[in-house]
Amino acid sequence: MASSIATGSGGHDALRFYLTKTAQFILVLATTLLGLIAVTFFIGRVVPIDPVLAIVGDRAPPQVYARVRQELGLDLPLIQQFWIYLKKAVVGDFGNSVLTTNPVMTDIKNAFPATFELATLGTLIGTLIGVPLGVLAAVKRGSLLDQFVRFIGLAGYSIPIFWLGLMSLLLFYAKLGWVPGPGRIDVAYSYLYTPVTNIVLLDTAMQGQWDAFWDAASHIVLPACLLGYFSLAYISRMTRSFMLNELAQEYVIAARVKGLSEMRVIWRHALRNAAVPLITVIALSYANLLEGSVLTETVFAWPGLGQYITNSLQNADMNAVLGGTLVIGTAFVVLNLVSDLLYRLLDPRTR
Amino acid sequence: MKRLPKFLLSAALVATMATSFSAVMAATPPDTLVQAWQMDDIISLDPAEIFELSASEINGNTYERLITYDIKDVSKISGQVAESWTVSPDGKTYTFKIKPNRKFASGNPITAEDVVYSLQRAVILDKSPAFILGQFGLDKNNVKDKVKQTGPLELTFEVDKPYAPTLVLYCLGNSVASIVDKKLLTQNEKDGDWGYNWLKTKYAGSGPYIMRDWKANEVLVLERNPNYEKKTPLARVIYRHIKETANQRLLLEKGDIDVARSLNPEEITAVSNNKDIQVQSAPKGTIYYLGLNQKNPNLAKPEVRQALKWLVDYQAIADTIMKYKGEVHQNFLPKGFLGAETNNPYKLDVAKAKDLLAKAGLKDGFSVTMDTRSVPEIMGVAQAMQATFAQAGIKLEILPMDSKQALTKYRARQQDIYIGNWGSDYQDPNSNADTFAANDDNSDNAKAKPLAWRNAWDPGPLTAKTRAAVMERDAEKRAQMYKELQKAVLDDGPFVIFLQQTEVAAVRKNVDNFVLGPSFSDNDISQAKKN
Repeated sequence: MASSIATGSGGHDALRFYLTKTAQFILVLATTLLGLIAVTFFIGRVVPIDPVLAIVGDRAPPQVYARVRQELGLDLPLIQQFWIYLKKAVVGDFGNSVLTTNPVMTDIKNAFPATFELATLGTLIGTLIGVPLGVLAAVKRGSLLDQFVRFIGLAGYSIPIFWLGLMSLLLFYAKLGWVPGPGRIDVAYSYLYTPVTNIVLLDTAMQGQWDAFWDAASHIVLPACLLGYFSLAYISRMTRSFMLNELAQEYVIAARVKGLSEMRVIWRHALRNAAVPLITVIALSYANLLEGSVLTETVFAWPGLGQYITNSLQNADMNAVLGGTLVIGTAFVVLNLVSDLLYRLLDPRTR
Repeated sequence: MKRLPKFLLSAALVATMATSFSAVMAATPPDTLVQAWQMDDIISLDPAEIFELSASEINGNTYERLITYDIKDVSKISGQVAESWTVSPDGKTYTFKIKPNRKFASGNPITAEDVVYSLQRAVILDKSPAFILGQFGLDKNNVKDKVKQTGPLELTFEVDKPYAPTLVLYCLGNSVASIVDKKLLTQNEKDGDWGYNWLKTKYAGSGPYIMRDWKANEVLVLERNPNYEKKTPLARVIYRHIKETANQRLLLEKGDIDVARSLNPEEITAVSNNKDIQVQSAPKGTIYYLGLNQKNPNLAKPEVRQALKWLVDYQAIADTIMKYKGEVHQNFLPKGFLGAETNNPYKLDVAKAKDLLAKAGLKDGFSVTMDTRSVPEIMGVAQAMQATFAQAGIKLEILPMDSKQALTKYRARQQDIYIGNWGSDYQDPNSNADTFAANDDNSDNAKAKPLAWRNAWDPGPLTAKTRAAVMERDAEKRAQMYKELQKAVLDDGPFVIFLQQTEVAAVRKNVDNFVLGPSFSDNDISQAKKN
């Protein structure tokens, strides 16, 4: 596909397109992040929670309290605090988390891969099953299969995820014993490999620790399927409606008149066109999962970003909240860019 | 092409099955105790900084202090690192002799030098719990003169006033006074930080277990200390952070963990019917109370304070919402403390409360707000009180909020009523008397913020009496003084104390010697074993 762009619309144009796109991307990323920092920072400072308490606790004597307050720079004017924070943030120093005592970036390097691993698997499951299901439902509109897909979609929308999570644990872990209990990997295996990427499946596989790999895989199956189900519910519904729209178009009739097989009409022509808006849907659903599904992470004791940020927020650990928010913001912007680029690949009109 | 979806579905199914077979459901290993706990409160493992419940328990099982006490009878104080001690006739100098030939986990010998280093370090680092030692007149500038080595195995500890010796000893038995390995810490010191940045996440002690690894919000691993004389039967103990209590129950019933620490009342009831699980409990030094802010003109009336104490259905709360979590207790000293009163004179008596309100000129009741942390149990108790208050015409408005937010407001004394709990900092009655019955400065910009201050209450002569009790060296007389203080607060103080906390743990039956003590640092797993 990529080569067809370069040859099809001229190398020069393509180059200019990518240059503009890159410049745009950097600009959008910078303004988004600045905006995010500003909003989160000021919200963090106006909430009626005393951040010093999170560090020294309720019992600290007055002089300890005063010293920490000063160390945090909380006695300075708000604008000055913001400026100091910004200067540090630019060079990648987001300060230390109060709760874990680590630099925020270290924590995020641990938490984000956990979420990333889960979200990616979830989105893969959701897309690989959701898109074909949606297509079939649209083609066999009104059939039993269609009703079934719509039911699955509706259920995925309306059942609270924590309930489904607990129930699935009860069934697959407690009753059937197919999967292990909550957690990311068994403690016994967790010391067999050295975390490099912090994506456990990747780390264990790269280091040839196959027992640990299978243990991690058995741990991720259930939460990933659960998240997969939720994105499947959304993706299949959207696919169905996009496909219904496309199937009613004149070019589909033309294709059929031309005598193309039904297979070809559906999968090559209609789906190809429906794929353009579908990309956005999938990217959005992926971004949603990347934010860290707090409830899923809590139910499955998954040490991901969602749990990290929620926990930090509840403890007024603002450095951690700010750092986490920035990571999510970046993920959003990057995914947006990727879906923009895919648009261009799939839809010649945008070139 | 048409078969693609079906293929994918079956592929996914096969993948699920394949991985599930590898999930071998072994029970926990026989030499390892696995516990599930909500332990996201740990912020540091440096004894000079530890103040949180979970970290206190870890400290109790991994470090030693000069002295310790019998957890069945806390009045029995004995030496841990210390072999013996004497108090000078003027009551200001304590001389400790250290047990000879003992080693840290690192292999370094435990000497008086380490003890002196540890105590000086805690005072100089000046973290949250440092006041427990600082209250004896020790600070950064004088601690090197006050805590001195006088021999290879001997040291002196000097206090500024002739305090009751038990107070001093209990404080030296607190986690902040844990003995750390000087040699090891000196090796890991950076820019004169006394090894603090290293020790926050590492270990330098001599207790029954070694703290091997801590991953915040995930897992903490303890391992047998080979240099400890009374070797632990277990090779290791693993604490898993499992936030969801329903999961703790599942894991426990399945045998993937041995102990569940954070179950709620319904879950405890459910697992207590399981023949493989026993439920253990112990009273803790934490009490639940309402703080009535005396800045509110209605709450400032003595009759109103009294009336509210008659408007709580103590027994119903203990039997339902707080089942397994607490028992009725109305005095500020928890059971088990020197001089603790156990009489609970108040019960729900609406008629009596109405009389009192009428005397206060509030026959038709009044409206008042209560800052309430959005924690299920606290909300539940608040709602129960709302119902009983209403019977006497008092309209209680519950303001639900985040706990840190509620605390921030409380510390600025801007609440009407605050529903809170207070855990003792150390095993001596002064810890609670100092906060419930004393307030040296009731002005808005006072430096110290004891609970009496936070409720804008000037306890008058009680402050002086609290200070005097600290100096009383006769235990009998001292106990009597605390009984009088408790009576005064019970009768007239702005605190409606209603419960003493109980800690419950659900333990699999094959685990022996899992001991819950009177405080979290006394929860003892050093002799725990599995059959």
